[in-house]
Amino acid sequence: MLLDKSEEYVELNRRADKKLDALRGRTIINLFFESSTRTSTSFELAGKRLGADVINMSVATSAIKKGETLIDTAMTLNAMHPDVLVVRHPESGATKLLSEKVNCAVINAGDGSHEHPTQALLDALTIRRRLGRLQGLKIAICGDILHSRVARSNILLLTTMGAQVRLVGPKTLLPRHADRYGVEVFTDMKEGLEDCDIVMMLRLQTERMKGNFIPSIREYFLFYGLDYDKLGAAKEDALIMHPGPSNRGVEIDSEVADDFSRSVIREQVEMGVAVRMACLDILATQHENAEARNI
Amino acid sequence: MAQGMWTHAKPDDRLGPVAYVNARLIDPATGLDTIGGVLTSGEKIAAAGAEVTAPNIGSDTEIIDCGGLCLAPGLVDIRVQIREPGQEHKGTIESAGRAATAGGVTSMVCLPNTIPVIADMSVVEFMARRARLIGLTKVYPYGAVTKELEGKELAEMGVLAQAGAVAFTDGIHAIADTQTMRRALSYADTFGLLIVQHPEEPSLAADTAMNEGEIAMRLGLPGVPTVAETIMVERDIRLLEHTGGRLHFAHVSTAAAIEAIRRAKDRGLNVTCDTAPPYFALNETSIGDYRTFAKLSPPLRSEEDRLAVVEGLKDDTIDIIASDHAPHDEDSKRQPFMQAAYGGVGVETLLPVSLELYHNGQLSLSDLLAKLTHVPADLMDLPAGRLQPDSAADFTLFDPDRAWKIDADDLASKAKNSPFDGRPVQGLVKRTVIDGRTVYQLEK
Repeated sequence: MLLDKSEEYVELNRRADKKLDALRGRTIINLFFESSTRTSTSFELAGKRLGADVINMSVATSAIKKGETLIDTAMTLNAMHPDVLVVRHPESGATKLLSEKVNCAVINAGDGSHEHPTQALLDALTIRRRLGRLQGLKIAICGDILHSRVARSNILLLTTMGAQVRLVGPKTLLPRHADRYGVEVFTDMKEGLEDCDIVMMLRLQTERMKGNFIPSIREYFLFYGLDYDKLGAAKEDALIMHPGPSNRGVEIDSEVADDFSRSVIREQVEMGVAVRMACLDILATQHENAEARNI
Repeated sequence: MAQGMWTHAKPDDRLGPVAYVNARLIDPATGLDTIGGVLTSGEKIAAAGAEVTAPNIGSDTEIIDCGGLCLAPGLVDIRVQIREPGQEHKGTIESAGRAATAGGVTSMVCLPNTIPVIADMSVVEFMARRARLIGLTKVYPYGAVTKELEGKELAEMGVLAQAGAVAFTDGIHAIADTQTMRRALSYADTFGLLIVQHPEEPSLAADTAMNEGEIAMRLGLPGVPTVAETIMVERDIRLLEHTGGRLHFAHVSTAAAIEAIRRAKDRGLNVTCDTAPPYFALNETSIGDYRTFAKLSPPLRSEEDRLAVVEGLKDDTIDIIASDHAPHDEDSKRQPFMQAAYGGVGVETLLPVSLELYHNGQLSLSDLLAKLTHVPADLMDLPAGRLQPDSAADFTLFDPDRAWKIDADDLASKAKNSPFDGRPVQGLVKRTVIDGRTVYQLEK
């Protein structure tokens, strides 16, 4: 299973010589239509450590609007015979559309407010390494659920793995039908965090907000920012997670973010490389230039 | 689907008398449903009824044996976007005419969102002249309610009506400003003109892509809530009560809006509405994995809303079925879902998809055809929708039971963006006659 394979790469990544040749001769294109530091670096490192040739393409959305459509871009790249396309796009469903037009494997590195599958995988790996399991854990996902692809992917993965997921946020940032995911929904942080094993904070995605969802950052932090007071409602040893980049003083207090007895934020980044290596390895070797596939 | 053949009518064609015999005549306006025939003389119907049979016809008359097919008045489609002038790469009067005649539609009323918009006499006259020259489906234009469809200043509705605009609408935009809508209803009532509203509160619909609900949530797409429609319908009903006049809501799609219209009709208000086939034949699940051909405005709704639309059709709260034909080129649709254009082609599939209501036992054939023929014709005062002596010889021959599968690539329309691609349907148009001339015939 993918998480087990990732574990092997965690060990590799901690060695001095981190290079394998599992993907020698393979071409991976990181196609990012939205700015990203950690995800694109993580995918780039993952590809290089497996010995693949990695090309990074940052495409500003404005260039796309100039005339070349997403499909044109896909067809152009497809003609260069990549083995894997790693795609991030600001629109939900764009990765799916692109995957229908190319012959190689496509990894969704985040599409709009839809999904971010490798983030959920690395979160699951982080939790499993710390607590040994996912089954039965109480996990609170807090903040801007409405715009969050991280939340959607995590809800799907964590509930599938048997965790009890709770969503916490103000009503304007919670989808009206959130309970249909089979999760519990809370609007009060302390109630939502009560007895939780994991507190997963989300970034307030102001760039996806069309209009005013909260009155002010100050008020948001007061009611939904994670500080020691609110954290007190969770289990004593509850872990704090954040997909990054975190806005200190917005959704998380600096003290809490830097409390390395509780915060596994740095570990999440480390697991990210391992999980992405596992994804690339599996896709590039097991679906060699097979029909496009969306993980 | 088999291939069709079109013949463009020329006004100077000489037309002898023609008898269409051995048909199942259905004229919803009179309740006629009998085996019989139609006799045409020139561009008019001379007789229609059981007495029109081959032995009763004079020797100088051409006789066409309909082989038991249904013969009904040509369909009147009151919501079509043609795209000409201005966006001919998406559709033209000729392309719409070919699609319409292949679907049994003999009159269509086109939205004013052309470039330039239909807010000027010359554009009204352009549309009429082009349609006459092409000689397929008759085209009647809507006039704009406000200049440039901006929802601010009233367009010259009186002059446009004199030039031939049959009703007034801002097309795919709601008239959102309450004062503007009040004045529009009130001013239009001066001349007895009909206002057609696209009922959607724009601030709730801005930056959305589909119906708000579980599916939108899972797809990560911003949704428009059904109250966007309800709010606008309820507001306009209150305004209508205040101003008097005539108001029609286009493509209603939600249970709550239909209920509001039902109550308004009970109170005796002069309000009518239509819906389009996607809203009684499809629901939001058709979007599946970001299928942009199912991105419509208003959006496909929940199954509960779809069922409410069917109920509204059954109890006549919904008076009319219109296609809401919205052709788009492929590039406008092959986009990430948020960026893809709204709308689907529909004029050609209007009859077969609507016939599902008949095959499902929800409406009788005559009650269904009423919503497609004389009811829309009467609403807009069009000389159409009836099989009566001296009315225009506009009718269609169709086999209501013939099963076939909609294949978007085979559609006659220039644009192929049908939300019904791949759908099995029952009911196929075999021949369409306009002003006594066969303009479309299905080849075997």
